[in-house]
Amino acid sequence: MAEFVIKLPDVGEGVAEAELVEWLVKVGDLVREDAILAAVMTDKATVEIPSPVDGAVSWLGASVGDFVAVGAPLVRLDVGGVAVGPAAETPLPEPAPPPEPPPRRAAPEPPPQAPSHAAGAPRLEGERPLASPAVRQRAREAGVDLRQVAGSGPAGRIAQADLDAFFAQGRAQSERAPGLQRRHEIEDVKLVGMRRRIAEKMALAKSRIPHITYVEEVDVTALEDLRAALNKGKRADQPRLTLLPFLMRAMVRALDEQPALNALFDDDAGIIHRHGGVHIGVATQTPAGLVVPVVRHAEARDLWDCARELDRLAQAARSGAASRDELTGSTITISSLGAMGGVATTPIINHPEVAVVGVNKIMMRPSWDGAGFVPRKMMNLSSSFDHRVIDGWDAAVFVQRIKALLEAPAMIFMGV
Amino acid sequence: MKDISCTLAIVGSGPGGYVCALRAGQLGLDVVIVEARKIGGTCLNVGCIPSKALIHAADEFEKVAEMAAGRGPLGIAVGMPTIDLKKAMAWKDAIVGRLTGGVATLLKRGKVKVVSGTARFRDGKTLEVETETGRQVIRAEAIVIATGSEPVALPALPFGGRVISSTQALALDRAPEKLVVVGAGYIGLELGMAYAKLGSAVTLVEAEPRILPLYDAELTRPVVKRLSALGMTTLTGARAIGLSGKGDAMLVEKADRSELRLEADRILVTVGRRPVLEGWGREELVLDMDGRFLRIDEHCRTSMRGIYAIGDVTGEPMLAHRAMAQGEMVAEIVAGRRRSWDKRAIPAVCFTDPEIVTAGLSPEAAARDGREVKVGVFPFSANGRAMTKLGEDGFVRVVARADNHLLLGVQAVGRDVSELAAAFGLALEMGACLEDIAGTIHAHPTLGEAFQEAALRALGHALHV
Repeated sequence: MAEFVIKLPDVGEGVAEAELVEWLVKVGDLVREDAILAAVMTDKATVEIPSPVDGAVSWLGASVGDFVAVGAPLVRLDVGGVAVGPAAETPLPEPAPPPEPPPRRAAPEPPPQAPSHAAGAPRLEGERPLASPAVRQRAREAGVDLRQVAGSGPAGRIAQADLDAFFAQGRAQSERAPGLQRRHEIEDVKLVGMRRRIAEKMALAKSRIPHITYVEEVDVTALEDLRAALNKGKRADQPRLTLLPFLMRAMVRALDEQPALNALFDDDAGIIHRHGGVHIGVATQTPAGLVVPVVRHAEARDLWDCARELDRLAQAARSGAASRDELTGSTITISSLGAMGGVATTPIINHPEVAVVGVNKIMMRPSWDGAGFVPRKMMNLSSSFDHRVIDGWDAAVFVQRIKALLEAPAMIFMGV
Repeated sequence: MKDISCTLAIVGSGPGGYVCALRAGQLGLDVVIVEARKIGGTCLNVGCIPSKALIHAADEFEKVAEMAAGRGPLGIAVGMPTIDLKKAMAWKDAIVGRLTGGVATLLKRGKVKVVSGTARFRDGKTLEVETETGRQVIRAEAIVIATGSEPVALPALPFGGRVISSTQALALDRAPEKLVVVGAGYIGLELGMAYAKLGSAVTLVEAEPRILPLYDAELTRPVVKRLSALGMTTLTGARAIGLSGKGDAMLVEKADRSELRLEADRILVTVGRRPVLEGWGREELVLDMDGRFLRIDEHCRTSMRGIYAIGDVTGEPMLAHRAMAQGEMVAEIVAGRRRSWDKRAIPAVCFTDPEIVTAGLSPEAAARDGREVKVGVFPFSANGRAMTKLGEDGFVRVVARADNHLLLGVQAVGRDVSELAAAFGLALEMGACLEDIAGTIHAHPTLGEAFQEAALRALGHALHV
């Protein structure tokens, strides 16, 4: 049979390897041209790998979670003499006898590999407990669900001694409440794809960057009035304004005065790249996990433009259609949990940036106006800075400047 | 007649019902069992036991006939044998009599009251039995339905005249000259092969593309080989149309749609068995069904409180030992013990020539569950004992999980392998791994060594092949 090797194609500029996140075929499957074989993930984007030919899958070159180099073989297909039809899809009923081990003379045969389910390993969810009829009966009479009992035998078999141990443990600890069950199953979930990316990114940021987090409250009553008025009077082709475009514009103003905060810190090289352009990443929750689409050149966008771009990117990110370019290249980041925002957060800096602005929930709070308490719409900003290159003072100045702009929103739009 | 009140009433005294009654008696329950025909049900009277007696008689006859024909390698010379089938049937009936009598004695000793007659539910707590001496009312706290199954008739070939069921096939007084067997499942093959050995010209008619369609082709291959050695004709993919006009032949539509006339003095229809669901008042109870069977849960409870069902009325596999295990369990549940159906394997045996045993999952079924499996096959041609018994055809096959080597299933085909069912069932029920079987000393020279060797082979180091 002729063989056809499918190699990992070039999946993006400057991408040398990609993580395999999903197999859509297995060995033995018959595939038709253009059928999707696998999904791989580059820095941010997921790419599907189609089959260029008809054939039968004979070999898979990686497991989910492996990194595959561009150009490395990914799938082998048998393409000769394959009848793609229903008759060929059913496997032959006769299992081939296991191949005899090749004769060895020089070296003795290595000891066989131990079965992967080591004794005492927790049972995977859905597996039936393994026990002899005598053990099953004893457990049933004692009202014990064997799924709760760890088995010490081969393949996790539960022995009488395991039941003894279970009873001893049960006496030592408090009895379970009636109708309630202890649970002992452990589900193993392999960290793959976007979740792994996020984990790596977070660990990198938190381990390299000494964060300083500064929380300040902002009276957004006036801003909210303005926002409501603008939304009411907006043209049909204009997007609905949220608070974020105002914050973005305020950040642009504040960064004009403190360019040190709009920077990428290459700590290995010891260089801070201060960017003229303000590219604001907006942390966005999607079904697949956290992504950060980037509003580029916020300094050159007006309020409506910021809002429009933000809408577009958020939609693209949630539907998974955002391109790699739209998900990279930020110089500073906003983290907002929206309505879930809480009182304060300790946002993690989007490495190698040096600042992140966290938005907390707007809440009506009593405020002292000098004569009495008045209800005001208050919102906290929880912002983190890379304390290696940003001093606490500068961090405070930045946040206070944003606060001043948001509390008197007209200032955002004036050349003051 | 005075009404009877009891704790447990059982309808049907087949292997499920009588075991349930015996165990309930042991546990001190007040038990009544109702039987419309003969104690022992299908299994003892017209099923497992008499068919094995007939098969044994046929085997012995055929062995001697082979020797007489000078075909055996053992050098034994005898004259051409004859068989008085009436006498063989009487011997068979004596065995049935001893066993059913034994069950009756055991029931009596267990203080189980036996009521003879047809039972009918009046309501969920009350049975009415039509006995020879009048109507007997039985009130019970719990009632077990163990009415069993009966042969399915083909609409085109209703039973009667030359068309017989397995029941009549076990009571012939001479082997038919020309026997047509419709349905090549295990019952049709067991009886068809027996009559072929007794001298009948046997034709098998099977609608599926191969015989024993519920078993994999590899397992049935030695049986197919033996069928042709016995001179039997097999028509697969063929459909019985009905009797010829004179009624002395059967018309068959072959796989190629052509029609064939098969002369026959007997036509044995063995196209399956169906649960006995009529005649005992099921309609009074409105019990939930599961397909064509009564629906039961893991305690053999039906949808109606206090009513249990066991055996063939509850579904596949329709096997006596399943019914027995269910009967025992239900007796213990009614006696207040905590029991639940948690069996891992119900072995099944075809007493064909050679015999087939299956327990647990076949390689295909295990693969369908999405598991990676290891399969080890050991042929009897490499087993010393099989050679000395002239039974080299066949093999033992083990199926185990690839990751932890847990045994998932065992299949075997070969002479006398039915006795290995015990080892297979025990290994599966105890949760044995390949290493457990490979590490158990199997006596030499026995057929059981093939089980150990198959496990070794799955582990990659069989010694004798």
